[in-house]
Amino acid sequence: MKNIVVIGGGPSGMEASAQLHKMGYNVILVEKSPALGGHLAKWDRLFPQGVHAGNILEGMISNINGVKYFLNANVQSINALGKSYNVILDNGITVLADAVLFATGFDLFKAEKKEEYGYGIYEHVITNADLENWFRTKNDQRIVENPKRIGFVHCVGSRDEKAGNRYCSKVCCATAVKQACEIKQEFPGAEVFCFYMDLRMFGRGYEDLYLSAQKEYGVRFIRGRVSEVAENINKELVVKAEDTLSGKPLKVTIDLLVLMSGMQNCSAGVKVAGQIGVAGMENDGFFETKDSIYSLQQALKPGVFFAGACTGPKTLPDSLHEARAAALAIHTYLQARDHQ
Amino acid sequence: MGKFGFALSPSSRINLDTLDNVKFAHLIEIEPDVLKCMACGSCTASCTAGKFVKTSMRSAILALQNGRNEEAISLLKSCLLCGKCTMVCPRAINTRHLIISILKVYQ
Amino acid sequence: MIYQGKQKIWSDYQKEIPDDHYFYVRSCIRQNLFPASEKTFLDITRNKLGKDFFETEHHTTCGGIAYHCDTIPQETSMTIIARQFALMHKYGYENYVCSCITSFGLYTETLETWHEFPELEAKIKDNLWKTCKLEFAKPKYLAHASDIIYKYRNLIAAQAKYKLINKKTGQPLRVVEHIGCHYGKMFPSKSVGGAEYPYVLAGMIEAWGGEVIDYPERRHCCGYGFRQYHIRSNRGYSLSNTHKKFESMEPYKPDMIITNCPGCPYFLDRWQYVISEMEGKTYGENGHGIPVFTYEEVAGLVMGYNPWDLGLQMHQVGVEPLLEKIGIPYDPKEKYKGPGGKDIGRPELPTCGCL
Repeated sequence: MKNIVVIGGGPSGMEASAQLHKMGYNVILVEKSPALGGHLAKWDRLFPQGVHAGNILEGMISNINGVKYFLNANVQSINALGKSYNVILDNGITVLADAVLFATGFDLFKAEKKEEYGYGIYEHVITNADLENWFRTKNDQRIVENPKRIGFVHCVGSRDEKAGNRYCSKVCCATAVKQACEIKQEFPGAEVFCFYMDLRMFGRGYEDLYLSAQKEYGVRFIRGRVSEVAENINKELVVKAEDTLSGKPLKVTIDLLVLMSGMQNCSAGVKVAGQIGVAGMENDGFFETKDSIYSLQQALKPGVFFAGACTGPKTLPDSLHEARAAALAIHTYLQARDHQ
Repeated sequence: MGKFGFALSPSSRINLDTLDNVKFAHLIEIEPDVLKCMACGSCTASCTAGKFVKTSMRSAILALQNGRNEEAISLLKSCLLCGKCTMVCPRAINTRHLIISILKVYQ
Repeated sequence: MIYQGKQKIWSDYQKEIPDDHYFYVRSCIRQNLFPASEKTFLDITRNKLGKDFFETEHHTTCGGIAYHCDTIPQETSMTIIARQFALMHKYGYENYVCSCITSFGLYTETLETWHEFPELEAKIKDNLWKTCKLEFAKPKYLAHASDIIYKYRNLIAAQAKYKLINKKTGQPLRVVEHIGCHYGKMFPSKSVGGAEYPYVLAGMIEAWGGEVIDYPERRHCCGYGFRQYHIRSNRGYSLSNTHKKFESMEPYKPDMIITNCPGCPYFLDRWQYVISEMEGKTYGENGHGIPVFTYEEVAGLVMGYNPWDLGLQMHQVGVEPLLEKIGIPYDPKEKYKGPGGKDIGRPELPTCGCL
């Protein structure tokens, strides 16, 4: 039986593992954290329809039934051995893998790097992930009772050369609009502002989400990037941006600011991949695929495959499609290899 | 100017903290579609009057949101109610009706 | 403000500042605006701390004001700068420290430009030889004088006679720190603490017992901006910037302001008088202004220098209420006496409390 090591137990890693397992491969899924699910496990609801992340995750976990997985496990070393890869985990397990799938996902941009937004410095500045956590737990002292004004900052660590990320993180616009509606449900009396540069509502149902944010929820969209945030003596946040549609500087004092942290290639994944000469691309740090249209699941090295956000920002459905495509790509590759 | 020959300059900044949106709330009640504008500018581009006098539905809606009510009125007062903007609005806002509502609420 | 978060960022921007042996250059305007600050700097570093700070009468302006007003080309200012560096080399120094923020910004910019465009460096080297017959050299370390006082802040604290503490209440004084724009904004890595919130003055305030105020318009320019102020019709704009800062800091009731730029303390000090005349508004206690200091003046005060020897009588906003708050003795009769007891004249009484 052929061994396939899948690195990363988030949605794409789980989905690809389930598919490969059903195809009859011996799958070894490696997850560095104590639980499966990746970022999905930390999310409350998903755009565009507000489906509960927990329900989706539950379904995925039940679907990987039979797959061998190791939690709290890291790839200690990986090196090519003929046509295979010798993978040694830090829990003492060694696998000679016929194929390796990187489903290492993304790291959220560290919002404190945008110093002028004051994350970790001003009390009422949080990130998109913090807000999802609050939706789930209702436990975050940074969120005051009955905030009067709430702001969302799009493109935090995205489309920002100085932050090191020139690209668009793709999901933040839809996430911001979703969260703006959800927070309005929590605090119907609050005024909610979204500070955006372009609204990239590209997917099915996303434009409707935007329309309903405007019309049903009265979210005010201000086209302009937040330039700086300060704290006043009452610990409220003074936000400055340009209202680019009127061409005037704008100021608003708010009680809660949510920063839409973008996606970066997972640093732990990059470290592992580096050992076999698989590297992030210079322009964006995500892994280089065999081509840009047709073979998105293949690395330049034979026997190395990708699924999900390690090759660029993706929505959850995108990542799941890639996981299935990767399973098929691996299967095709192994069959071709055997016929040689 | 006093004895110094210069004085404090007025600020051009939009300050949403001091915004009085009672009238805008009233406008939303009678004309909820005003919220649907996505600032595409096709109304302004097609405006018959706008070629001669600064007229802009899009800018007027924005000015109202920013509390610049007089500016909004001045952007609409040359409107001929021809309805070209209604024809081109991708969000299907009944702009003719909206203009009349704005004038009712703000004038 | 969550202080630990700020400390984390400060720790990311640590600049190497050598401990000793500097070639010191003065600012062209500070000696008129704050006549004893540079003298105090040299006295503290040389005589109180026993460090080697050399200066020569042969150095000139860096040309920064002319450069920023577009009245001389970049190559000219670079050649002036090359000459300053050459003097440093000639006298056997490799650490260069300047008193002026605009100079500091321009030196940093010049060094970076030479690094990026070696052909320009070669040309300036040639200019220098043709015009001055001096050997081209670059400093090993470039510091602003406030970096030095920051570096020595604990040594100064160890010798301090007074702390930035309200003697009556025992509470730390509430201090606004204002950083010159050209200190860190252009090259954050060349500053202590980064550009967003430099630590250079905050570190002094903390070491000397005061409490730093973070107010919404902390990052805002003092309002000077060379070409703005130098044209009279623009002065309302300059004033409005300063006014915005004071309106923003007012709720925090600052006891004093400390700055590290030639222009900022001057404008923050003098414009308070203009605002009080124009608008009838003052921002300090009891109808007074908020006293504004250079970092050398504050270092001198905590080390027990006579306030009049520090040149504090040249400030627009009276410093006496602050001296009393800290408990620093002063003789009002000596205020307007210059060296040798000569009367230096007195200002008319303005409304912002120049006593």
